[in-house]
Amino acid sequence: MPGRESRRISLLRVEGLPISFVLLALVAVFMLAAPEVFLSYRIYMSFLVSVPPLLVVAVALTLVIAAGEIDLSFPSVIALSGWILAYGIHELHSPWLALLLALVAGAVVGFVNGVLVARVGIPSIIATLATQFLWGGLTTVFSKGLSYSISEVEELRMWKLLVGRIGPFPVQALWALAIAVALWFVLNRRRFGEHLLFIGDNARVADVVGVNVAREKTRMFVLMGVMSAFASVLLTLENQNFFNTQGSGYLLEVMAAVFIGGTSVFGGLASVIGTVVGSFIIGMVEAGLVATGLEGFWVRAVVGVVFLAAVIGHLVIEKADSGGALLRRMRGRLGLGPRRPPRQHRRTTRGEEQ
Amino acid sequence: MADPAAERWLNIVRLEKVDMTFGRVQALSQIDFHVGRNEIVGLLGDNGAGKSTLIKIVSGVLRPTAGKVWVRDREVDLHAYSVRRAHDLRIETVHQGQTLGEKQPLWRNLFVGRQIVGRLGFIDVAREKQIADQLLQEAIGFRGQGITAESTVRDLSGGERQGIAIARAMHFQADLIVLDEPTTALAVNEVRKVLAFIEGVKAGGRAGIYIEHNLAHAHEVADRLVILDRGRVVDQFGKGEVSLPELTRRMIALHEGETRAGS
Repeated sequence: MPGRESRRISLLRVEGLPISFVLLALVAVFMLAAPEVFLSYRIYMSFLVSVPPLLVVAVALTLVIAAGEIDLSFPSVIALSGWILAYGIHELHSPWLALLLALVAGAVVGFVNGVLVARVGIPSIIATLATQFLWGGLTTVFSKGLSYSISEVEELRMWKLLVGRIGPFPVQALWALAIAVALWFVLNRRRFGEHLLFIGDNARVADVVGVNVAREKTRMFVLMGVMSAFASVLLTLENQNFFNTQGSGYLLEVMAAVFIGGTSVFGGLASVIGTVVGSFIIGMVEAGLVATGLEGFWVRAVVGVVFLAAVIGHLVIEKADSGGALLRRMRGRLGLGPRRPPRQHRRTTRGEEQ
Repeated sequence: MADPAAERWLNIVRLEKVDMTFGRVQALSQIDFHVGRNEIVGLLGDNGAGKSTLIKIVSGVLRPTAGKVWVRDREVDLHAYSVRRAHDLRIETVHQGQTLGEKQPLWRNLFVGRQIVGRLGFIDVAREKQIADQLLQEAIGFRGQGITAESTVRDLSGGERQGIAIARAMHFQADLIVLDEPTTALAVNEVRKVLAFIEGVKAGGRAGIYIEHNLAHAHEVADRLVILDRGRVVDQFGKGEVSLPELTRRMIALHEGETRAGS
């Protein structure tokens, strides 16, 4: 019976499904603990405002981690691009140009990271730590440490297009969704994404199968930079305000969202859907805990617990998978399961008689 | 490749005075090497003799520090030469050790580097899987073992992995197939399969380079044996020019010479 065993679909292997149950369980717990908040649609609309910037960065970081790299510089991009946007709107009176410059800044930061990692050969954790200081520091210098209010943006068509409302529904949620879908296709259905997976799996293998490792990594960091800049745009426009440290809270939350979603810490395996769900879990815990009356101080501790539980859960699922393979082989050996084909007839011709 | 002019070649690949240095280590020096049409060349030599370096130059992974390379009697622009270019020239390589992405499904492993893409540049997953399944069942003989296009590499045994790597090379219709120690760590019946495959390469009118530690295997399948020692070609034998015991003596002498020189 060829392949019968493997065709038995394990629900645990459907992308993002196990972690979605965790999200639903979390919602259920919050509904029980704070029904007056969690049975009303308002709280969910507010998640759709607070989660998109986190989600956009996290989905892009998923690709970076898939390739076995890391980017720590995105908090500085969230600050830098936000400042450029606010400055452009304020001083240049050209919101579209400001938007373009903000995104270009993200691309430049990403390109520099890419060159440092892929061409110069600095490990990404070090290179992006350095650039995080560099760009964050420069942002403080440019903005003189001040925040910028841009309340006039509410009148702009750009504002309505990016962070407006359709009834109660925030438009940025649609942008985040569109980006998540696009990056799912990039990772799973484009050459570029497949190359990132092989680079993360084993860079040496990627090299011998003809992947241009340096080029693909550079492109990946540029993508990461642009996405961080876009997240910054959503955040700054929504807040109608730029402030210097607006990126700093995101570093750990974004990474937690990616790993909760099931992307492998070791590279080579990544789940965009998992990251989307992970972003909502992260976004929800804070609001949820406050609503249930727990002190805000507990938030981080609970995130830590959820984080650990999720990572352990993913490990268990992964082990169960390879356990399945072991079982298959044992069954094969013992003659219980799918058997090897009957032995072939011995070859009669050999090289001797030429 | 129907172009008649392109068919008038003698050697599928030829290296002339090729040098390769890594920092201060001279891995290859002044290598002259060729593989004729429909010829299986066995490459022998001790560890560190430069065998793997040589085939990495042929397959486009490494760029030589000096020298010239011809493919089908046409000189190759070494600056533009790469794994991809080698694939275009129908040179396929099964490298030593890991050549597959461990965590990736088999269909991705079979097509990575030359994915089947639609007009918009999206990978045609359904087609890749279908061809992969066909290959697994028919060409590799995994029928009935529960291995499908969706299986992950880390679920496979060493022999099964080698089968996949070889099937990948076969599928793309190479004129030259390079095998770097394909039988290391394989069970006896699996070694037989690999040797049968090399005979198939020959019978199919193709050429091969075969790196092997096991002298008996190399002696059995190769049309010509080339012996490398510390980055140089030190000996060559045509088929039947040397007996297996003689070859063994020769290799042991080389090895002892090396240890003496080293001490």
